Amino acid sequence: MSERTATIASRVGLHARPAAIFAEAAGELDLEITIARDGEPADDAMDAASILSLMSLGAAFGDVVVLRAEGAGADQALDSLVKILETDHDAE
Amino acid sequence: MQTFSGVGVAPGRVLGPVRQMPKPVQEPAAPLQGAVNIPADVTVESQGQRIKDAAKAVQTELRARADSASGEGKEVLEATALMAADPMLVKSAIKLLSPEAPGGARTAERAIWEAGGSVAETLKALGGYMAERVADVLDVRARIVSELRGLPAPGIPASDVPFILAAEDLAPADTATLDPAKVIALITSSGGPQSHTAILARALGLPAVVAAQGVDDIADGTEVYVDGAAGAITVDPGEDLRLAAKAWATQASTLAAFSGTNVMADGFRVPLLANVGTGADAVKAADAGAEGVGLLRTEFCFLDRDDEPTVEEQIAAYGAVFAAFPGKKVVVRTLDAGADKPLPFLTNADEPNPALGVRGYRTDLTSPGVLERQLEAIAAAEAANRAEVWVMAPMISTADEAAHFASLCAAAGLTTPGVMVEVPSAALTAATVLREVGFASLGTNDLTQYAMAADRQLGPLATLNDPWQPAMLQLVKLTADGAALVSGATGTAKPVGVCGEAAADPALAVVLVGLGVATLSMSARALAAVAAVLATVTVAQAQQLAATALAAPSAAAARAAVRAELPILDELGL
Repeated sequence: MSERTATIASRVGLHARPAAIFAEAAGELDLEITIARDGEPADDAMDAASILSLMSLGAAFGDVVVLRAEGAGADQALDSLVKILETDHDAE
Repeated sequence: MQTFSGVGVAPGRVLGPVRQMPKPVQEPAAPLQGAVNIPADVTVESQGQRIKDAAKAVQTELRARADSASGEGKEVLEATALMAADPMLVKSAIKLLSPEAPGGARTAERAIWEAGGSVAETLKALGGYMAERVADVLDVRARIVSELRGLPAPGIPASDVPFILAAEDLAPADTATLDPAKVIALITSSGGPQSHTAILARALGLPAVVAAQGVDDIADGTEVYVDGAAGAITVDPGEDLRLAAKAWATQASTLAAFSGTNVMADGFRVPLLANVGTGADAVKAADAGAEGVGLLRTEFCFLDRDDEPTVEEQIAAYGAVFAAFPGKKVVVRTLDAGADKPLPFLTNADEPNPALGVRGYRTDLTSPGVLERQLEAIAAAEAANRAEVWVMAPMISTADEAAHFASLCAAAGLTTPGVMVEVPSAALTAATVLREVGFASLGTNDLTQYAMAADRQLGPLATLNDPWQPAMLQLVKLTADGAALVSGATGTAKPVGVCGEAAADPALAVVLVGLGVATLSMSARALAAVAAVLATVTVAQAQQLAATALAAPSAAAARAAVRAELPILDELGL
């Protein structure tokens, strides 16, 4: 199991456009990737490719989340996803 | 040549193909209600695959629409497309297909319905931005259910060519997705002159006919001619109607401009004002030549809120409107919540009869303080701008209420208090009500609904709910006469205006002026047409026409008699 933490960089939090960009990227990977708030049990983690799950997670600007995945290429995949979360998409 | 007749609510003569608004999606039956019977050859796997396929199909369709959209609309469609095939939504729907699911196995349609419903509930509970996405989730759910059933997707149909939209009635939510570049007219089988369809049509300047039975059965693609003034729809129109539509297209451009000063044929001035809801509306109205604002609906700053906006927020919102009209009159209506405009922090959703409930000024009885804070904000916004600010309370019924409102205005430092006349009692006692305040403004939509005891949203009552009803005109006359009496007795002018939809009907505008109305306030798009007609009549002629209308036995007879004396209407296609 690979694991990464990331701090939400988008001013609006992880919803609207940032959530759409992230869910789409997670969905294109051939891995089951989960997302949870930092400190919450891994069992409560949600599907990172689900925009509806991301919205109900309600992660705000500055919140820390944990990404998890298993299998070949997991480390690389998580690194790319962390980069998305730590970019302020509203500033683009 | 088949024809349909209804109530014309916005003028214009156009020709084009019909596109039907799909009927609202019906809720799929739950298990064990008798209606569900899952056939033996249907497996959980095959149903699961159907859900996945339908979700994918909806996603593809929404993606295609996003590609042809731009700006904010594009982003919303892209996010909605993602929701359509959302893995969590699809998985939770598939779980409900199993016989082991609580409550038993669902059909594919029912499963996605329930799964979407519970996601919507979760988002709603989160509040704020998430709660605003509830409509998107429910839209996706309805689209997937329609796809599973093989029915057209709900909502305004997508089309490459401009079309005439036919529907049973339009909901406020449909207005957001209506593209005025694509929809050239609205025709509905239900709804009345005050329905959302009618209000939308007037705001967008689209010809519209409502309460035209049968139009929701016209086949897609059928070419029809719509005359929004006459309330007539003609299937497979002939050459004469083609020419009429062509002539209207030329005329419409000349009717688009208003000089900014409304003068009748004898030089009498009747200022034409605009009804606005926001600062952006106000800028548009000023550009259209409005001589001021006759109705600022302050609800815009309260709607979709769980709690009261702060005084600072209100000052900014009102100030944006005042800034568009320096040196001009702006009539502010205080918060008009209740009935069709509920607000969670002000109105009680459980009233058995909300139109007769705690609404408008009456919310001050149950939530004291909100009105005072609003008046404080209006006064502060006035101080920061150069508009001449008048303030009026909606739903005033008695002289005592008017006096109380005037004292609240005085305490806030607002110098021109007034009342809306929407309740028949206020019209009947105008002479005493207007002793307490400086002016009155007739809200003809509500005044008609109360005078005729006919809900303004109900299609079958559309003919009762007509501002041409002689009883309604009599109430206008009583109000104007009462105001004249007080003006004479006190030496202070007590002007009576009209800010309801009636003022936007050019023929009725003539009658209202003849009854003694001093100003008319309407959707900015109607200004030019009303001015063009008033310019052809003198006050004496208007009074003559008002007498004709008052004496008519019915609304239809009043309208016909007045229109017959105003040939300009037909010339202009109004």
